[in-house]
Amino acid sequence: MNIFVIMKRTFDTEEKIAVNDEQIEEEGAEFIINPYDEYAVEEAINLREEHGGEVTVVTVGEEESEKQLRNALAMGADKAVLINTEDDLEDGDQFTTVKILEAFFEEKEVGIILAGNVAIDEASGQVGPRLAERLDIPYVTTITSINVDGKTVQIERDVEGDVEKVETYLPLLVTCQQGLNEPRYPSLPGIMKAKKKPLEELELDDLDLEEDDVEAKTKTVDIFLPPEKEAGKVLEGEVDDQVTELVALLRNEAKVL
Amino acid sequence: MDFSFSEDIELLREGVRKFVQEEVEQAAMEIEEKNEIPERIFEMTKDMGLFGLSIPEEYGGLGLDMVGKCAIYEELGKTHNGFTTLVGAHTGIGSVGIVELGTEAQKQKYLPKMATGEWIGAFALTEPSAGSNAANMKTRAEKKGDKYIINGSKHYITNGLDGHVFTVMAVTDPEKGAKGITSFIVEKDFPGFEVGAVEEKMGLRGSHSVELFFDDMEVPEENVLGEEGQGYVNALKILANGRAGLAARNLGSCEKLLEHCMDYVFEREQFGKPIFEQQVIQHKLADITMEIEALRALTYRVAWMTDQKQRVVKEAAVAKLFGSEVYNRVADAAVQIHGGIGYMKEYPIERYYRDARITTIYEGTSEIQRNIIASQLKREVKKSTKAGVK
Repeated sequence: MNIFVIMKRTFDTEEKIAVNDEQIEEEGAEFIINPYDEYAVEEAINLREEHGGEVTVVTVGEEESEKQLRNALAMGADKAVLINTEDDLEDGDQFTTVKILEAFFEEKEVGIILAGNVAIDEASGQVGPRLAERLDIPYVTTITSINVDGKTVQIERDVEGDVEKVETYLPLLVTCQQGLNEPRYPSLPGIMKAKKKPLEELELDDLDLEEDDVEAKTKTVDIFLPPEKEAGKVLEGEVDDQVTELVALLRNEAKVL
Repeated sequence: MDFSFSEDIELLREGVRKFVQEEVEQAAMEIEEKNEIPERIFEMTKDMGLFGLSIPEEYGGLGLDMVGKCAIYEELGKTHNGFTTLVGAHTGIGSVGIVELGTEAQKQKYLPKMATGEWIGAFALTEPSAGSNAANMKTRAEKKGDKYIINGSKHYITNGLDGHVFTVMAVTDPEKGAKGITSFIVEKDFPGFEVGAVEEKMGLRGSHSVELFFDDMEVPEENVLGEEGQGYVNALKILANGRAGLAARNLGSCEKLLEHCMDYVFEREQFGKPIFEQQVIQHKLADITMEIEALRALTYRVAWMTDQKQRVVKEAAVAKLFGSEVYNRVADAAVQIHGGIGYMKEYPIERYYRDARITTIYEGTSEIQRNIIASQLKREVKKSTKAGVK
């Protein structure tokens, strides 16, 4: 089975993030494989171990994304493709990414495509479903369990805390939710081997795309950090007075009542 | 002169750092409380391939050179030292003997399973009457047909409880003193092999040091490691090989302590300002940094020299000595900077303080390292003057 993972390099939201000039400061930020995409890589490797085939990890990004692709190779993926838009594109949005991936997959024989549920940077959750639409294959989002038997696929998906069971068929696109698996750490021999695995680099030209074809349909107007949390207010005095004050505060200051 | 690491080493180091910080460090308190490495961490360590650091690739390991090994040890030093010791003793003294001195058949038999961590390695030299004076050992090996019968005991054997494969030194010819000692590869399943009590230690919890008893233990003659009568020399070689690695582990622990200190000095306020603002604290931090930088330079120079096949007897002893003494000084300063909380068990500083203490004692005490350094100095003078010095 041809197993593909579409993945993204993102900054690590567990590290401190600085915004400068409406851009997230890259200097000093740590970059990682989007954690939801890591579930996808892990599940892809599990599927290969069970059903055979080959795992290809694909990213649309810049030169630096090679590191995250190598990381996926170190985890156990077989091949990597970097679609490098560094020289061609200033900006892109989900449309851009989907358009590029659609062109990439056009000639490919797809068994299954795994993606993250969302990327932790912009969290649109759009690329997977939109790509499936363009490729005209079924898709299931936020999966927490997958079982492939021939062409039939049994899936459990997370629906706001509930579980929904879905039966579908290959070829298929799924987006992976926390709980699907526990991604492995790249082993040290895996890290050594990853350097020798094939990593193909493509540009828009190679996919017969022009800049205009992939021009973003949306514009990011502003990026800002959430306001800093202020210290909480401790009410004092008699309990009855405190309750009255609390209700007043909720009504007048917090405006939630 | 080039002080950078290869890309390979950087990548491996990063992989180990992530695993250590996300998994082992999170389990540190559990290791401390339960005095054992959780099964989960042990299994992940196997999956990571960490047990195969120093075993050549053809036997399933990574076959890292000394610089590479030290870079990994440095990362391992940044977490619970009991864990560091499990991996360190296995990949160091526990397996280096077989790697360096083993026959092809011995390597084929033992190294692949040691590389995966299925078999854990340990080194058994020390006895109640043979510490720094290792040649004074009493454990006796007598040849009988195609076997050796070993009787005696060892103590303070790191990884002894979880160990499968032991490099054991025993006397084959009592007449010859140090030249009458032979090393053997002993499996825990050999008849007559018995693990005694787990010794209660001041620190290094999770790493188990035990007594070993050999009661008419039968060891096939093909399990002689190296040549008969070379056991003492072998033991010294194996210990010498581990010295740069010990320095690297101590380096990592010092760096972790500095990290803890840096977090604390900006957070903790006294006299209306963070304690970092006190010059006395700044100077302590500067001194810690100076020692760390010196230790790093020394460690990697010795490692590099080892990889260049240069003679490092003196330099490795300097690194082991300096590394362990710096670790003790840094741990002491870290407790002082942290004040009361540095003494409390809820915080990791006191753990490093206790764990540091063994490093000037194990794998050759500071006193023995100084003896080695002095004897090397004497050797150099003798070589250069060729006269006068006896």
